[in-house]
Amino acid sequence: MRIATANETYLADEALLSTRTQWAWMGILALVLIAAPFVLNNYWLYLACLVAINVASATGLNILTGYTGLVSLGQGAFMAVGAYTVAWLEANVGTPFFVNLVAGGALAALVGVFVGIPSLRVKGLYLAIATIGASIILQFFFVNWSSVTGGSRGINVAPATFFGTQLTTYFQLYWLFVPIAALMVLGAANLFRTRVGRAFIAIRDRDISAEVLGIPLLRYKLLSFAISSFYAGVAGGMWAYFFRSVSPESFTIVESIFYLAAVIVGGMGSILGGVIGAAFMTLVPEILRFGVEIASPYVSNAATLLSPIRTVAFGGLIIAFLVLEPQGLAEIVQRIRRFFHLWPFKK
Amino acid sequence: MRAPMKPASLEVAGLSLSFGGLKAINDVSFSVEPGSITALIGPNGAGKTSMFNCISGFYKPQRGAIRFDGEDVSRTHPPERARMGFARTFQNIALFRGMTVLDNIKLGRHAHMKTNIFQALAYFGTAAREEMELRAEVERDIIDFLEINHIRHMPVASLSYGLQKRVELARALAMRPRILLLDEPVAGMNREETEDMARFILDVKEEWGTTILMVEHDMGMVMDISDHVVVLNFGQVIASGLPHEVQENPQVVEAYLGSGDPAALMKRLAEEAA
Repeated sequence: MRIATANETYLADEALLSTRTQWAWMGILALVLIAAPFVLNNYWLYLACLVAINVASATGLNILTGYTGLVSLGQGAFMAVGAYTVAWLEANVGTPFFVNLVAGGALAALVGVFVGIPSLRVKGLYLAIATIGASIILQFFFVNWSSVTGGSRGINVAPATFFGTQLTTYFQLYWLFVPIAALMVLGAANLFRTRVGRAFIAIRDRDISAEVLGIPLLRYKLLSFAISSFYAGVAGGMWAYFFRSVSPESFTIVESIFYLAAVIVGGMGSILGGVIGAAFMTLVPEILRFGVEIASPYVSNAATLLSPIRTVAFGGLIIAFLVLEPQGLAEIVQRIRRFFHLWPFKK
Repeated sequence: MRAPMKPASLEVAGLSLSFGGLKAINDVSFSVEPGSITALIGPNGAGKTSMFNCISGFYKPQRGAIRFDGEDVSRTHPPERARMGFARTFQNIALFRGMTVLDNIKLGRHAHMKTNIFQALAYFGTAAREEMELRAEVERDIIDFLEINHIRHMPVASLSYGLQKRVELARALAMRPRILLLDEPVAGMNREETEDMARFILDVKEEWGTTILMVEHDMGMVMDISDHVVVLNFGQVIASGLPHEVQENPQVVEAYLGSGDPAALMKRLAEEAA
């Protein structure tokens, strides 16, 4: 139950975490994230790293699609730009991984700005198709610009080095990826406490009146594309260090659809939604596989019988959440919060 | 205290706007004195909202000038005009439904803020400082002033129509207006809400000294609070002057009520048929 918030400063009133309960939850989450690598086996650490990468990318797409209302199916291609940049820099320049990641993000942002130009004229499905078109063009470059991208065979990526140590195990990469993803999520949350984030939401809700209120539409739409693809580029760079090779098959249109689905399932226009959505989309197939393993002693021939069901169940879960929770998984969290605010006075 | 914004004068000179063959505004001229309330009235389809859209930069008029403190702004884009001090509300409320009341109001200040993207991502430092200054100012000068303290953290979609209109006024005030354009501020309101809004508009004039131009259908309110009234009909100015002068003008009465003279009506119909 929460009676009221008594903040004494505006800074406290506008803090990201305003109640003690929220601080407690965040503390628990931080502890879990710190303890996890010491508890989890290698396989689950692999998944944790993948979740961190996907959270970074989905949060970026959420800024563009969830908050600015510009539907994009180009997130996979922007990730590829980041991944190739990192791979190329590792192979040819040998700059530190941090510089490479930022460079990957920056180049992806630049590409994103160009891809975003049609957004001044088209929106909704039309923009989605335009971004697919841009992805196809980028894919063409990845395949045919062999001197840089290694053509259809791709390029191998040297491991990231941190003060002379090569980061090769999932345990080491976890300590790199999770803080980066956390910082990126924090940045996105901050964005929506300032004029830039408000401008994005205004463009989503009513673009024409946003202009009369002093928001230059083109500049802010392109800015949203730039930030979103920067996030994708950094995520793609992490991806390159994670899988240690990049090829045109790494990032297909399916990847882009995956991130859009993550944002929609998690909750468009909610930072928490992007995080939960990415975790959900990455982990649920694995959890279902776990279920198959548990069932296998009791069902004869479980692997062949239950594996297809696993895929169907994953698809079914996505549909179920879309139908039952159109605001996304983040809305469930909000509903639980509201319940406990009023508890025990309202059932 | 609030930094007073110098009220601006507005002059519309020989403005014409047509959509294809339809002349929405035909050679309209009028002026708005600094610090006054000017009402733009006229029957439906007279061109009032088109006029507003020209002034705020939505539409590009084909001919004529819009002078803001003597400077022609008719070629500038809406965001530039917002920066100069044009602030408007909309006939069909144009609040951003995904934001709280407070965020909607803060959004109004956008053009006058400086936080860039990198500062926004980091938040602490410049962005936080600017946000806190804005918050303090909005709380002190706007939220208290318009008596919307109790709803500041609510999403706008959950508010009643009258309150939404008030939040729109609040957002316009956050734009540091030098001229406030109100498009039907009391349309669809009950008497009590109308009186509240009329009082707020008068308070804005008295305490902020802002120049106000409004389009309104509620004649009682127009006559009560305006300093000057301009009447449009079929895209042309048919009368302008003090409220009571306009009220007694036979052309205005005819535009609103018809002439009441069957012979005149028959004559006009015959003319139109010819």
